[in-house]
Amino acid sequence: MINIQEVIETNEMILHENLDVRTITMGISLLDCTDSDLDRLCDKIFRKITEKARNLVSTGRAIEAEFGIPIVNKRISVTPVSLISGAACRRPEDFVKIAKTLDAAAENAGVNFLGGFSALVSKGMTPADELLIRSIPQALACTEKVCSSVNVGSTKTGINMDAVRLMGEIIRETAEATEDSDCLGCAKLVVFCNAPDDNPFMAGAFHGVTEPDVVINVGVSGPGVVKHALETVRGADFETLCETIKKTAFKVTRVGQLVAQEASRRLGVPFGIIDLSLAPTPAVGDSVADILEEIGLESVGAPGTTAALALLNDQVKKGGVMASSYVGGLSGAFIPVSEDQGMIRAAERGALTLEKLEAMTCVCSVGLDMIAIPGDTAAASISGIIADEMAIGMVNQKTTAARLIPAIGKKVGDSVSFGGLLGSAPVMPVNRYSCREFINRKGRIPAPVHSFKN
Amino acid sequence: MKKTIITVTGKDTVGIIAKVCTYLAENNVNIEDVSQTILQEFFHMMMITDTAGSGKTTAEMADDLKKIGSEIGVQITCQREDIFDMMHRI
Repeated sequence: MINIQEVIETNEMILHENLDVRTITMGISLLDCTDSDLDRLCDKIFRKITEKARNLVSTGRAIEAEFGIPIVNKRISVTPVSLISGAACRRPEDFVKIAKTLDAAAENAGVNFLGGFSALVSKGMTPADELLIRSIPQALACTEKVCSSVNVGSTKTGINMDAVRLMGEIIRETAEATEDSDCLGCAKLVVFCNAPDDNPFMAGAFHGVTEPDVVINVGVSGPGVVKHALETVRGADFETLCETIKKTAFKVTRVGQLVAQEASRRLGVPFGIIDLSLAPTPAVGDSVADILEEIGLESVGAPGTTAALALLNDQVKKGGVMASSYVGGLSGAFIPVSEDQGMIRAAERGALTLEKLEAMTCVCSVGLDMIAIPGDTAAASISGIIADEMAIGMVNQKTTAARLIPAIGKKVGDSVSFGGLLGSAPVMPVNRYSCREFINRKGRIPAPVHSFKN
Repeated sequence: MKKTIITVTGKDTVGIIAKVCTYLAENNVNIEDVSQTILQEFFHMMMITDTAGSGKTTAEMADDLKKIGSEIGVQITCQREDIFDMMHRI
């Protein structure tokens, strides 16, 4: 039988260490909505999403109340829109109309974000893919809840450098189109390599074509819980450190598993995966950077940061996989700058640079995330940063991503602020030397030799 | 039938258990086990209860008990046992 110490431990995690379930994300296939008429397509999309997600938010709230565990976000991911709209869309404006439909559906369902305004172009772009990508700046400027992602590379296909070049321009245009809101559009736009089909986290969530009609994926969190646990083993050896992280990750993930099973049962929708990611928020005490500093760094960004993060990421996975039979999505430690007080602090005092963040992305999920760069950064340089990040993912057979925010009209020393979970970010310096001639080359970077496994 | 765990945390004052037990009796909730401890100067009490005979849902009781807790200056939670089982039992 459960004893009082165990009950106190669990409730301490919830009340004082920010333990929560970060998101219940319902994946909804839109493959059966295809139509050659744009109005009919939008009508089918709206009806399918609102029908399937009708009880998502109320079910999430009921689970929160019964188990006493906060479920911070209820969200929806849909089939990458470029796959279902080729017959109906002839111009970027047509895709903007679909984005508005998705926004209205998300509003109707009561969720805070909907992901899947996406294109998968790791080897090449169809006309629909390219039109969708070109519509992104306007689509994100005129919607509130829609998130967009573009997969431009994979270990099996290499990197589509034409798409990388285009995305550099699109990110700049998105920033310009949303300049009034501190370039918020870019916070809702991710460029991926090896994007997973079942990621529940935004802004990169979409419902892959290998998924069932509807599915429930759950993202757990808990950096504050890990930080607190590590406070009790200060100065201990690596074995003790690793054991402590594993045990904590196990406990955190079990809560996610419980919520996922309950949500799946109550909604009558199959359970997909638990995403084990340590996802920080701007709240004090909910920071991945704080964990790294607790492990022994004066500041995140100091020598040793990459090794500490590698250890953390691995132990989180080892603890988490015991807790759930179906682990997927991104699963690792997130290192967004704007969404993590410790990362913001380190960037502001110059301890954390773009280059160090890039190194850190080699050993964790997901990538260069929520990083504000100077507003005058050239599109080619943005493409260069994306290409570097995609190369890390391609060669290391892992997911990597770039969510960069060119802060229009701002320079190093200024900051952008989005509020809520998206937080605020100091503008970080970018290497000022050009990569224009490299980026202007046409075609693809071939897949690495170790991808030929057949 | 799954159990419901009720916890009370706060400064120890007269009548905490009486208040909570009165509420549970009024709602036909059977208390199966009670334990308490003082941790870092705070009073912690845990009750394992069977709510099968109650007309209220766990969420409704959690809401009521939260209000009672704020009246007497303690924090009261009411959660289904599963969350603790999942976290602490393999």
